[in-house]
Amino acid sequence: MSAEVPLWEVFIRPRNGLAHKHVGSLHAADEVMALNAARDVYTRRGEGNSIWVVPSASISASDPDQAGENFEPGDKIYRHPTFYEIPDEVGHM
Amino acid sequence: MALFDAVLELADDHLVLGHRLSEWCGHAPMLEEDLALPNMALDLIGTARGLYTYAGALEGAGRDEDDLAYLRGERAYRNLLLCERPNEDFAHTILRQFYFAAFMVPYWSAAARSEDETVRGIAGKAGKEMAYHVRHCGEWVVRLGDGTEESARRMKDAVEALHIYVGEMFEEAASAGIAALPSRAGMRGEWEATVDHVFGLAGLSRPVVPHPQTGGRAGVHGEALGHMLAEMQSVHRAHPGATW
Repeated sequence: MSAEVPLWEVFIRPRNGLAHKHVGSLHAADEVMALNAARDVYTRRGEGNSIWVVPSASISASDPDQAGENFEPGDKIYRHPTFYEIPDEVGHM
Repeated sequence: MALFDAVLELADDHLVLGHRLSEWCGHAPMLEEDLALPNMALDLIGTARGLYTYAGALEGAGRDEDDLAYLRGERAYRNLLLCERPNEDFAHTILRQFYFAAFMVPYWSAAARSEDETVRGIAGKAGKEMAYHVRHCGEWVVRLGDGTEESARRMKDAVEALHIYVGEMFEEAASAGIAALPSRAGMRGEWEATVDHVFGLAGLSRPVVPHPQTGGRAGVHGEALGHMLAEMQSVHRAHPGATW
């Protein structure tokens, strides 16, 4: 059955003010059924207060073959904002 | 009739239907439903526990939830015939749950205003759960009824098979004259509105039932309940008082 039913990615917001976070995927015929299934599969223990579901087919992913040029910036340490003296008066940043 | 008898009827409805749903665990058509059906079963069994415990306290004879659930025979069970009907296929199971939940939503909503504090407590929790059962099962009724040729046929067969048990839900039975519980007959309007809305989307219609089936409240059950209770009660009867 699952071969005929589309796949959905599920995102849960654990608390107000936090971002929705990817928690997994499931099969469902449409978005209403996907939201119901997400409630049953992923929020049984009070994990959150909001659910998003997105058709997995709508997600564009980066190519693992491009991981080198994408994710390995090398020793460009100047990209980290660690060369500034922050005055104490600024407080927590 | 006493409040004890009326609470026991409600408890039996929930335990029997909960056990029926639990039979799907590991057998549902897809993983998502394999979690959803036992989730709903646990909602029902949880409500049954609260009701049995309260019934035991009302009776005052020292019987606890386990005594009431596991040590009564078929004729002593007072559940609706609808609740004991076998699972058959997914369409039967979903429709049975939809019919029951569509009744319990307005029932618990009314019971939440009961003069009885324990009834109010149980109603508050169970009402929210039943609202989800209506939504979940209602969506499936629409999709099966308005789905493929096969799913539509199975859904129609389920309506044909189960609708004869609907009338029994609205019998007052032991709750007649009990002020702490809502009138069951009074739920008919809201039940029909819920069912008609979903059936409209599903392309189904409520059949006319010339010979409605009843008797569960008097302990006159179909053959299916005895088999179910034998399995459900076997561990407790083999190991009386066992705890884990």
